[in-house]
Amino acid sequence: MKYPVRERHRVLYYKGGEDRLNKVTRNRLTAYSFLLPNLIGFIVFTLLPVFAALGLSFVRWDSYSPLKYVGLRNFEMMFSDSSFKIAFWNTLYFTGLTVPLTVLVALLLALVLNKAFRGVKFIRSIHFFPHVASTIAVAVVWQFLYNPDMGPINHFLRAVGVASPPRWTSSVTWAMPAVIIMTVWKSAGYYMMMFLAGLQGIPGHLYEVATIDGATSWQKFRYVTLPLLTPTMFFVVTMNLIYSFKVFDQIHIMTQGGPGRATSVLVYYIYVQAFVNQNFGYASAMATTFFLIILGFTIVQFRLQEKWVKYLD
Amino acid sequence: MKNKRLYLIIPLIASSLLMLLPFFWMLSASLKTNIQVFQFPIQWIPKEPQWKNYLTIWSKIDFGRYYFNTIKLTVVITVLQLLTCSLAAYAFAKMKFPERNGLFVAYIATMIVPFQVVMIPQFILLRNLGLVNKHMALILLQAFSPFGVFLMRQFYLSIPDELIEAARIDGLSEWGIYAKIMLPLSKPALASLTIFTFVFVWNDFLGPLIYLHSGNLRTIQLGIRMFISQYSAEYALIMAASVCSLIPVIIVFLACQKYFVEGISLTGLKG
Repeated sequence: MKYPVRERHRVLYYKGGEDRLNKVTRNRLTAYSFLLPNLIGFIVFTLLPVFAALGLSFVRWDSYSPLKYVGLRNFEMMFSDSSFKIAFWNTLYFTGLTVPLTVLVALLLALVLNKAFRGVKFIRSIHFFPHVASTIAVAVVWQFLYNPDMGPINHFLRAVGVASPPRWTSSVTWAMPAVIIMTVWKSAGYYMMMFLAGLQGIPGHLYEVATIDGATSWQKFRYVTLPLLTPTMFFVVTMNLIYSFKVFDQIHIMTQGGPGRATSVLVYYIYVQAFVNQNFGYASAMATTFFLIILGFTIVQFRLQEKWVKYLD
Repeated sequence: MKNKRLYLIIPLIASSLLMLLPFFWMLSASLKTNIQVFQFPIQWIPKEPQWKNYLTIWSKIDFGRYYFNTIKLTVVITVLQLLTCSLAAYAFAKMKFPERNGLFVAYIATMIVPFQVVMIPQFILLRNLGLVNKHMALILLQAFSPFGVFLMRQFYLSIPDELIEAARIDGLSEWGIYAKIMLPLSKPALASLTIFTFVFVWNDFLGPLIYLHSGNLRTIQLGIRMFISQYSAEYALIMAASVCSLIPVIIVFLACQKYFVEGISLTGLKG
């Protein structure tokens, strides 16, 4: 409705503006009344600590003596700390083997279990179950299984003719592989479920078309399944990468970072520095670096995604 | 076709056995004497099952208290999460306010931050609040999970806006809409969130390790750890304790398999 008189138009405009402002404020108030319980908890116990973690990296503090600002000294210390370097390389070693193995096993399982037959859901659940069991219980039993002299794994290896089987968690060379094997066993089922969801999202008619065109099973896999599975693959690899980097529980139970420093990984070393040695500043500096490394890897993943991930249009 | 089936069935049986064997071994060992545990060839079903092992662990360590503590933490954290996360998620999904996107980005960003980065400042904060060595510490830390908000929001986004608009036109307040429309519809998502939270809190080790120092506050996972360091050679008892810690999870898992699967697809691939 147009008013020829400017003054009246202006009055109308202000009136509308006032109403609109009230609506925004009203919406805000209602929204915050929903948000507040979670938001307050989130800000106090999650968001603020994130910023504090950054700040703590620049101090030296054992929480009893007063805080002492030391600038970049923690980071300098870190780069010349052999234990940190060892922890870093061990983490890369662990991640570098665990992720490909887990993804491979999960994918194979998903491909096989993507068929509908009696009991398939039950078999899927069986493979998923180790993921749900607590890492402590699983680590404890695997530690017994791995016992070099008495454990069933080595008994079995000797029975099939392996003269001196590896000493697993007691051996500097085999401790990390032992943890890796256990971790792959535990988490493959979880990622298998994700691959299953991804496989089930591939439209069936694409396979029919391929069959009409005379494609073999392998060709169907290579040219239909694999490309359309890349979004799921991306998600699985990214998540697995992040979780592998953060490994802690099984190391703490099975090897305590040993023998020596053979299985000392970043999170375990950070934990020791913070809660055993009370070097909160130094531990925070390492934790911040740790976060930046993960962030870097994730960003690289996202960048690379454009090259190899194909979304169905 | 029959041959193809066989090619699949044998590896499937093998891999299923591989997944379950450690648990069978655990169960079997829990019913043996310490000497029998490592005997080879493995006697899967012990001739004289030592059922009393299970009674012994409940008396040797304060297992009953650990069970109680773990259940208490799980229930409290789950209820708080369901409440606060679904409320916040509704605001993020269906209400318009200027800071909405910015705030949600903050939520997502902190999800990327590993726990190990914040565990130190959190510890110092809780210590200044006098909450170290109290259950409240873990409750406060875990009840306001950004992941819970993320999950519920994903679900709410899939509910058509028209439904809500119609209710608004009918004069229903936002709280009314939430209670009468959103909540009843969100049962599957709430179920999945419950399962996730339950498993997470039940299995949590690092949290209780850092914050629960007194014996009477410990949770099951911590209890097992303590038990091992105290009775390192009591292999059978250790296995029995582990079995006890797994039973509730097994029950929940068998009863709610569907929601585990739904939870994975909710978080993963519809985003």
